Amino acid sequence: MLRSLQKATRDCHSQNGEKCPVTMGLPMTAASSTGADARTEVPLKRRLRRAERTRQIKALALVVPLLVFLLFTFAGPIAGMLWRSVDDREVRRVLPQTVAALAAWDGKDLPDEKAYAALASDILAARASGTIAIAAKRLNYALNGFRTILTSTARNLKAVPERGAAKETLGKINPAWRERTTWTTIKDAGGPVTGFYLLAALDLTRNVEGAIVASPPDQAIYRDVFARTFLISLGVTALCLMLGFPVAYLLAALPPGRSNLLMIFVLLPFWTSLLVRTCAWIVLLQSKGVVNDSLLWLGIIDEPLRLIYNRFGVCVAMTHVLLPFMILPLYSSMKAISPAYMRAAASLGAPPVAAFLRIYLPQTLPGIGAGSLLVFILALGYYITPALVGGAADQMISYFIALYTTETANWGLASALGAVLLLATILLALVYGKLVQGQQVTGGMKN
Amino acid sequence: MEAGTVTPAPALVRFSGIQKTYDGEHLVVKNLDLDIRKGEFITLLGPSGSGKTTTLMMLAGFEVPTQGEIYLADRPIKNVPPHKRDIGMVFQNYALFPHLTIAENIAFPLSVRNTNKAEAQERVRAALRMIKMETLAQRRPGQLSGGQQQRVALARALVFNPQLVLMDEPLGALDKRLREQMQLEIKQLHETMGITIVYVTHDQSEALTMSDRIAVFNDGIVQQIDRPDALYEHPVNSFVAHFIGENNVLAGTVETIDKDYCRVALAGGGTVTARTVNVSGAGASTSLSVRPERIAIIPDGTSSDGPNRLPARVQNTIYLGDHALAVLDVSGNAEFMVKLPPGAHANLKHGESVFVTFRPEDCLALDHV
Repeated sequence: MLRSLQKATRDCHSQNGEKCPVTMGLPMTAASSTGADARTEVPLKRRLRRAERTRQIKALALVVPLLVFLLFTFAGPIAGMLWRSVDDREVRRVLPQTVAALAAWDGKDLPDEKAYAALASDILAARASGTIAIAAKRLNYALNGFRTILTSTARNLKAVPERGAAKETLGKINPAWRERTTWTTIKDAGGPVTGFYLLAALDLTRNVEGAIVASPPDQAIYRDVFARTFLISLGVTALCLMLGFPVAYLLAALPPGRSNLLMIFVLLPFWTSLLVRTCAWIVLLQSKGVVNDSLLWLGIIDEPLRLIYNRFGVCVAMTHVLLPFMILPLYSSMKAISPAYMRAAASLGAPPVAAFLRIYLPQTLPGIGAGSLLVFILALGYYITPALVGGAADQMISYFIALYTTETANWGLASALGAVLLLATILLALVYGKLVQGQQVTGGMKN
Repeated sequence: MEAGTVTPAPALVRFSGIQKTYDGEHLVVKNLDLDIRKGEFITLLGPSGSGKTTTLMMLAGFEVPTQGEIYLADRPIKNVPPHKRDIGMVFQNYALFPHLTIAENIAFPLSVRNTNKAEAQERVRAALRMIKMETLAQRRPGQLSGGQQQRVALARALVFNPQLVLMDEPLGALDKRLREQMQLEIKQLHETMGITIVYVTHDQSEALTMSDRIAVFNDGIVQQIDRPDALYEHPVNSFVAHFIGENNVLAGTVETIDKDYCRVALAGGGTVTARTVNVSGAGASTSLSVRPERIAIIPDGTSSDGPNRLPARVQNTIYLGDHALAVLDVSGNAEFMVKLPPGAHANLKHGESVFVTFRPEDCLALDHV
């Protein structure tokens, strides 16, 4: 009603070029139509706005619970993780005076006596409060053996050294204090933010001069892990596409009754726990498992094949788990393709293969894209399946994230690895979005 | 077009004893024998489920006849796949390929035939010119209106010069005005290009407008194949009389037959003389068919001599702009329509008693329904 009134007002304006009196609900009388121009129009606009606002508030109220939930369970933790990947305040908290004293140090020579005195006083304070291990752990990430330097110093430092003798005292306790690297390590770890973890996640580090260089070979493992993660994900995506495309085609082509039955089989894995499905593969693929026993019994092989705890097992199990995510988008894109297209292609002289390649396949591209992206991104983050059915050389990035979070409590590195993975995923999604946007495959066809 | 001027061309398509069943119990097409002549525009007309679309699909190659053989230019084609039949087809929903541009859509039949590029380009240009859409060549089907999409579908089906073009209710999705315009355009294309067109529709006025011949389908059987005017003037049975044009039905019993004419006693009282078309003999039940425009209304009391003069009561009058209709109660038929010139309905009052009269040659005695 409001809308029609608004329209009436607008029409009136455009036709007469003068203000149009509109009265709400009641029939218009001569009195109200002459002098009520300004009075009636303002309330109408305001009422319109008020009505719109109520509707907007109602709409917002409906999504508020989900928004709050997502904020706490999704956006919040992600932001926290991203922050942890650059957060570096542990050393600053334990050795506050040292960090402050080193702030002005140019890093070219050994720091001056003031820094040594500050360190001695910080170590004594930290020993008293029992926080020395926190700083030791963080510094040990950057320089192997730093834990020993710090704990031995804390153990052997009896009291605050005399004025001017701090440098000598500390140097005597541990000669490492006479080396520049020890001090640059403390300065670099002084926070409050650092690129240390993110660089480490990419197999990079800073040398004494502060330049970014490759990590030493024994620590440079993450690029390999990322490459392995992407390779396995790509392989699984390709397998899913090859296995899923014919199934989706069949689903879309069958009459509804049989297609529904088949769809239940496709969806069945969704109703089973991921852990159960993965363990089922262990039962099937292990050296005394169903597959090997059958092959041995049939005489096809003489000794059990190694089917599990290697790349093969990981790909098989992941493909099985992720297949529905490929089939469903493919199915929905195929379902939208009218059979009339293939008939039209045939009537125009295209043999079945040409009709499929030139008419059918291009129209399934959005489905192929969506399914592949979904499977690939899900595969990137896979943890349980490779952890259970993969060998040491098949662990994907999530395994290392879990390792650093739960076992070594190196949250900074875990977060940095997560952040790199997140960034790669977002980039992929953006690229996909660009590709799809440029295509306009369906073009609003109504068939 | 007069009956005598049509010289029958050789048959391009011959359906011979065709039967089709989908479920093995019920025949959708029962024993179809049909010749389609080269260059003619033939329409398969019938209600839904009458077998007309199945017949078209068998000709296109998307359905296989259960029995019988189809010949295209004297070659049996029952086992020839659709893409080798060289038959162009226009579908109900156009079936333009949504991922290709208009030009690519029209070029498709040429490119699958490996026509050389320059020639294909020239033919696509000519086809676009024919449908007056040269400027829209790079658009996609989704960006066109229904009428434009239909023109493209038409151009795509014609561009490779097929022996035969099939159209499956191609105008069904368009609004009335556009439909009438497209009917004339298709008719014109047919005349200028001299192609053979098999057209399927359930719209009798569309069939009458466009066709050289119409095959009226019902219940899997071709009821009658004839020129439009012959179908209208000389329907062979009640179904055809009813399906083509407006029609008044009076039930009765044949009393006597005298060569071409018979006397029929009406179920609602009275006797009329009718042309004998499809009655088995004296004593048989019959349905009389009289067209609304072949009936005159005589005001009560006016004397008139004529064999067919029946009392009637005015039920209603309907003004339709270019003409008017009077709805009368005649011999038990309460929806007896009489077509009047505009304005003539004003003299008729509701409930008034009048007489209707029609010539014996305009009253057809057909099979009982």
